[in-house]
Amino acid sequence: MEYFLQQLINGITLGSIYGLIAIGYTMVYGIIGMINFAHGDVFMVGGFVSVIALIMFGITGGGGVFITLLALILVVLIAMIIAAAFNWTIERLAYRPLRGSFRLAPLISAIGMSIVLQEFVRVAQGGRPKPLQPIVTGGMEIMKRTSENGEFVVRLSNMQIIIVITTLILMAIFTAIITRTSLGRAQRACEQDMKMASLLGIDVDKTISITFIIGAALAAVAGLMFFLYYGVTDFYVGFLAGIKAFTAAVLGGIGSLPGAMLGGIIIGLIETFWSAYFTVEYKDVAAFAMLAAVLIFMPQGILGRPEVEKV
Amino acid sequence: MSKTLLSCRGVETFYGKIQALKGIDMDVPEGKIVTLIGSNGAGKSTLMMTISGAQRARKGSITFDGQDITKMPAHHIAHLGISQSPEGRRIFPRMTVLENLQMGATVSDPKYFDEDTKMVFEMFPILGKRSGQRGGTLSGGEQQMLAIGRALMARPRLLLLDEPSLGLAPIIVKQIFSVIRELNQRQGLTVFLVEQNAFHALKLAHQAYVMVNGNITISGTGKELLAKPEIRAAYLEGSH
Repeated sequence: MEYFLQQLINGITLGSIYGLIAIGYTMVYGIIGMINFAHGDVFMVGGFVSVIALIMFGITGGGGVFITLLALILVVLIAMIIAAAFNWTIERLAYRPLRGSFRLAPLISAIGMSIVLQEFVRVAQGGRPKPLQPIVTGGMEIMKRTSENGEFVVRLSNMQIIIVITTLILMAIFTAIITRTSLGRAQRACEQDMKMASLLGIDVDKTISITFIIGAALAAVAGLMFFLYYGVTDFYVGFLAGIKAFTAAVLGGIGSLPGAMLGGIIIGLIETFWSAYFTVEYKDVAAFAMLAAVLIFMPQGILGRPEVEKV
Repeated sequence: MSKTLLSCRGVETFYGKIQALKGIDMDVPEGKIVTLIGSNGAGKSTLMMTISGAQRARKGSITFDGQDITKMPAHHIAHLGISQSPEGRRIFPRMTVLENLQMGATVSDPKYFDEDTKMVFEMFPILGKRSGQRGGTLSGGEQQMLAIGRALMARPRLLLLDEPSLGLAPIIVKQIFSVIRELNQRQGLTVFLVEQNAFHALKLAHQAYVMVNGNITISGTGKELLAKPEIRAAYLEGSH
């Protein structure tokens, strides 16, 4: 029971990160019907920018809770801006000229951009993993059991609390933007009928750019949290994390925003529980078997909408 | 003669290699209702989309209120005051009726929103009753009303209506045409109306054009066209 609870905490934490990345996939898919395969690498760039900023500012976590938190907020803002600039540029250079081309063209271009980002970071920052000592430390014990085998403690670390709360706040802000603001309405209008949106005065190109910017900003937050959680990053982390987040988006129903978050949590849980109860080595296999199964048996995903609309 | 609000000169539009418009010359005077009739596939909707900027003219020019809009992006044209209720209605299916109207008001000053919404709901009371319902769940007639209402929310100077009577019950057609007449008479709204339902449309129109195969073949006042035997034979027999 205690072991299960611990895995649940770990799974939800990991799932929150996947969910934040998955939103970028699902939003872009919703609006222009393509999978931005470079999105995982934008997440990686967000992580790298965070590392650089942390080192530049000399943040070690030794300066008290308040200062550390303030510094982290500053770092995440920088990471968001730079990751957004990357994603905006990618869309502008590699996807927009291909709009209206055959469906596979932007997809191939996206795979190209993914390699470009990885190689750029590898060349600029080196191929070796970048470790940093833990910045957010400590936590609480929420349950303790002593038996003849020794004792087992269920821990909730401060980093886990930060990850889950940050994700919740971002999701709330993001949902409010999509459902309540004119920007969100324009976004949904473009998703449902781009031509009609432009006839009503919506600048479709601008709306698409904003979609890429928002997606990248969320991925950058995930990038920083992922790095703080594991304490290490490299130029290749975006690939696996990206594909898992993509799996999450498909599982939740590609195009559905709550679906992306839900899918993220489920993938996080599957991966964690598989590692805990079966074999760590096969955790990725479990996650991707899930992707295959969903694509075969439930291509709509959990919250995806069946295409029944009056015309 | 009132001044010309919209004018097309030698407009040619292509879909790939297929030429849909073969040199359209046409004028819409301010404050008038102008009707374009023609059979299916004549190029009427293409002309609408070309005026709105969603389709590009390869040759010729389109002028709105003295300004050349031929190469302007669609969203800029919308900001100039051309608003369209397009063929097939194109209601946002997963947005509520109210949200669809909000989308229509994209180019208008937010301070008019409540007033304009009230006006649309008075014009089409059923929309008021369904304001929280998703667009995709409305009936065809309701969607048509919403498409017109949405176009009006922009406070347009020129309203483009593409087949507002398509697939609707006669009583609703009548209602929609009387709304168009009222908007024109009371508010002086300029309307460019594309119709297959030629009888109603010609009765309403100050000026009318007939399009065949991407060309304007006949023009005149609505009354003149209604009286022409060839028009009666081609577009009115059995249609009423």
